[in-house]
Amino acid sequence: MTGAAVPSQPADSTPRSKEGLRPVTDTRLDKSQPVLEVTDLEVSFPSEAGEVRAVRGVSYAVRPGEVLGIVGESGSGKSVSSMAVLGLLPDSAEVSGSVKLAGRELLGLSDNELSKIRGKDIGMVFQDPLSALTPVYSVGAQIVEALQIHQEMTKEQARTRAIELLDVVGIPDPRRRVDNFPHEFSGGMRQRAMIAMAIANDPKVIIADEPTTALDVTIQAQVLEVLKKAQDVTGAAIVMITHDLGVIAGFADRVQVMYAGKPVESGSVDEVYYHPRMPYTIGLLGSIPRLDNTERRALTPIEGTPPSMVELPKGCPFAARCPIAIDRCREVEPVLSVKEGNTHPTACHRSHELAGALDPATIYPVPEIPAAVELTSVPREQREKVLELDNLTKHFPLTQGAVIKRKVGVVKAVDGITLDIREGETLGLVGESGCGKTTTLLEILDLPSGQAGTVTVFGKDVRGLGRADRKALRRDMQIVFQDPMAALDARMPIGDILAEPLKTHNWDKDRIAARVPELLEMVGLNPDHADRYPQEFSGGQRQRISIARALALEPKLVILDEPVSALDVSIQAGVLNLLDELKVKLGLSYLFVAHDLSVVRHIADRIAVMYLGRIVELGDSASIFDAPSHPYTQALLSAVPLPDPRRERERTRILLTGDLPSPANVPSGCRFRNRCPKFLTLSEGEQQRCHDEDPANSRLAADHVAACHFATALEVI
Amino acid sequence: MLRKLANYLILVTLAASLSYFIAGLSLHPQANYEGRNPPLAKSTISKTLDDVNMNPDTPIVSRFATWANGVVHGDLGKSIDGSPVNDEVGRRIGVSTRLLLLATLIGSVGGVALGTIGAIKQYKFFDRFTTLASFFILAMPVFVLGLFLKLLTMKFLGAGTIHFTGETDAEFAGRWDFAALGNRAEHMLLPGLTLILLQVALYSRYQRSTMLDVLGSDFLRTARAKGLKRRAALVKHGLRTAILPVVPLLVFNIVLLFIGATFTEKTFGWHGMGELLINSITRNDVNTTSAVALFTAGLVLIAGLLSDLLYAALDPRVRVR
Repeated sequence: MTGAAVPSQPADSTPRSKEGLRPVTDTRLDKSQPVLEVTDLEVSFPSEAGEVRAVRGVSYAVRPGEVLGIVGESGSGKSVSSMAVLGLLPDSAEVSGSVKLAGRELLGLSDNELSKIRGKDIGMVFQDPLSALTPVYSVGAQIVEALQIHQEMTKEQARTRAIELLDVVGIPDPRRRVDNFPHEFSGGMRQRAMIAMAIANDPKVIIADEPTTALDVTIQAQVLEVLKKAQDVTGAAIVMITHDLGVIAGFADRVQVMYAGKPVESGSVDEVYYHPRMPYTIGLLGSIPRLDNTERRALTPIEGTPPSMVELPKGCPFAARCPIAIDRCREVEPVLSVKEGNTHPTACHRSHELAGALDPATIYPVPEIPAAVELTSVPREQREKVLELDNLTKHFPLTQGAVIKRKVGVVKAVDGITLDIREGETLGLVGESGCGKTTTLLEILDLPSGQAGTVTVFGKDVRGLGRADRKALRRDMQIVFQDPMAALDARMPIGDILAEPLKTHNWDKDRIAARVPELLEMVGLNPDHADRYPQEFSGGQRQRISIARALALEPKLVILDEPVSALDVSIQAGVLNLLDELKVKLGLSYLFVAHDLSVVRHIADRIAVMYLGRIVELGDSASIFDAPSHPYTQALLSAVPLPDPRRERERTRILLTGDLPSPANVPSGCRFRNRCPKFLTLSEGEQQRCHDEDPANSRLAADHVAACHFATALEVI
Repeated sequence: MLRKLANYLILVTLAASLSYFIAGLSLHPQANYEGRNPPLAKSTISKTLDDVNMNPDTPIVSRFATWANGVVHGDLGKSIDGSPVNDEVGRRIGVSTRLLLLATLIGSVGGVALGTIGAIKQYKFFDRFTTLASFFILAMPVFVLGLFLKLLTMKFLGAGTIHFTGETDAEFAGRWDFAALGNRAEHMLLPGLTLILLQVALYSRYQRSTMLDVLGSDFLRTARAKGLKRRAALVKHGLRTAILPVVPLLVFNIVLLFIGATFTEKTFGWHGMGELLINSITRNDVNTTSAVALFTAGLVLIAGLLSDLLYAALDPRVRVR
């Protein structure tokens, strides 16, 4: 593979459903019979607080060649149920129900008997490929091990097979790579190696637990492609566990939505995505920002948080968060069954009404977000620039040697960035991990005076500013970090956390005492909770506290570094709405850094796409999403899965090959050329130009530039 | 690697020189001869001290030059009674090695094994018992532990059942025949046990905590998902990874024990290196003290190199390609 645009579903792009299974080469299995059948699975753990009922009755069946998606938020029991299938839960777990693999009951088998099934009949792909491979053994050795456990093979045979497997999953140069250690693989390659291991013994079922969650979208697209190929090769059934509704839409045949340890809705992807009949599913689908959604409207968050699994309330576990809950919901827990007027089973007392009288689209109240009238009426050019970067550069020397350091190279983390943010607007900065987003942020916050390029904040060039001026500038520029747990001091009550920046800037006691409750109220928290500690709050609430802290000093510019990527989707929507609302109310400008393009599309007015230390495309949101012109932006956008099964099936993906090059080794000319799908379609003379000449920004519209010699718009969403 | 070796050598030289200066300036070998009855003539004392290069009237720098010159040529000088330090140190290294080699091997393996099992059976009886026992042993000063063992054997087996003073009984001294070996083993029993208990207690704590970290790890789950049985996965993937952070600790402790078993040697009357350090200081023996310091610095060098090499051999992540 050398970088061609590969269509996402080679040869077979027919819609898959229960009836129309794809041809399977394997003849061992009866395709009409479920290969894995789980019935009434229940798992509970003892804990100090009481019995944790993590899984409360899960049933599903998958047939060979079929993909079942299990969706749910963290704590919904989706991972625990798959661990229970494999018998990998700790001894303290109590498991009941039935798990049948090709008719054979697995629950109650001894560990020795289960070991013969694990890795042979059931392959497993885990979430974080960095920690899922043993660091001290080579990748090849770990695949060889998987082969030799279950098959009579000599070391040489196993090694040859391991190389074949690595080739199947698309590891370049497998003969050499087989001896690499996990740390020498990139995240995407490690996940490929995991898949190679999972399919090593031709499993009947592959269980994939959040297989792409830790990966960038471009790598996610590659890995999903490999999983699909792995399925074609083995003819296995796949159980795909994820929180990402987009991934499931294009990948699964059927989907099961889990909430509080139980499936609450189940059916074919089309049924569940287009005709959801359970308020939780409806809420989930409404709360995710969509890449294909052009109208800017508030998301519909699901209020509240999932219940504790220790003491579940009586009745439906979702009742407390449900907008249409009735008395009966609080008394009797609904069972998963096909209700009148529905085509697929749901666990909701009012499903039949949702098929008739109640319109699923309107059950959630859409929050009102005031529109910024004054600002949008003023043309962009006339608004004040709050931040301006001109050729911002951050190079790190790469040194070798312990005592005498020699410079052996330069890491071009940020390699000449030029952009501006004007009053009242949000600039979204997107790009793969390792492209220099975080370094850019840190440089801006550092108010640098060295290296090349300038940072101008509120019209002031930060070079040559004294200490007092710098401190004053910092007051106007605040940051919200990604992980709200790590960013808040666990030993400080949140009131003190909010007061700290005020004290630093010498506010007097009375003003601080008045400001703290005001801030808490502003972000939707109860001011009476100021004396509580961060760990008493949920993830979404903690991120609200972080936002309140950032806003304490009434800044004009807030830098948001992946502010919602650690949150579950139903919570994420509420935080995004809050950010939208605060921006309008307080006249803030945001620099919003994220890898999730759907979120960026929802919140940003302008987008900057970053690749290997450089902005490759910059423009207003509509231009970037509707007419992306740099081949990298096109690939990035096309890699984002849409939570829309039909459109997903029809889309053609532009797959990028390989990984992001190291910023220590930036290619000559155009830095994207060695991964560029467009490069391959160019004539030799044109290719030479990409090879020799670093492309300058070409202006495509009033507010739209792309750094490509051959920029042309392409619709990819 | 070579650069590292050079760094270590410089450090050893510095450490040894510094300790010579400190010993030379703070110890007063003349005190051994002054105040005797009948008093020794000043010139006689001076002469005796000159013989062993410890005369405080000679400037410290020139005394150091003489000593350093000797060291470079493999001569550690003379001890205060005029005998060559080389012989004394050589003999005592032998004693320490005999005492420690077996004990550290058993102690390390035992500590790692106990820690691993303790982690796997966290909060079960075995874990609680070993944790309690370890803290009991660690909380006891070494000589108390030694005396405790002595008393235990005397109480339950009767005094004189096990001979524990010195390396051998007098009749077997310096002999290596079959009967003498039996006697040596008997003498080794209690000091060996003291050292083993101490080391097992210490290492098992470290190993337990690193193993606990690994037990919840994703790669162990992957190994099990591949079809490895529980025990095989725990040993091949778990222990193999959990031992990494313990390796430098083990190596340094084991190597430095050669000089750190002072109290055990004292308690059981073994004339090893640890005992030599205390004795030489109380005797104001500058050269012997410096020799012990040099030996210690050398051990640190060896421990550093050994742990680096071992770590690189065990963990591919630190290897430079």
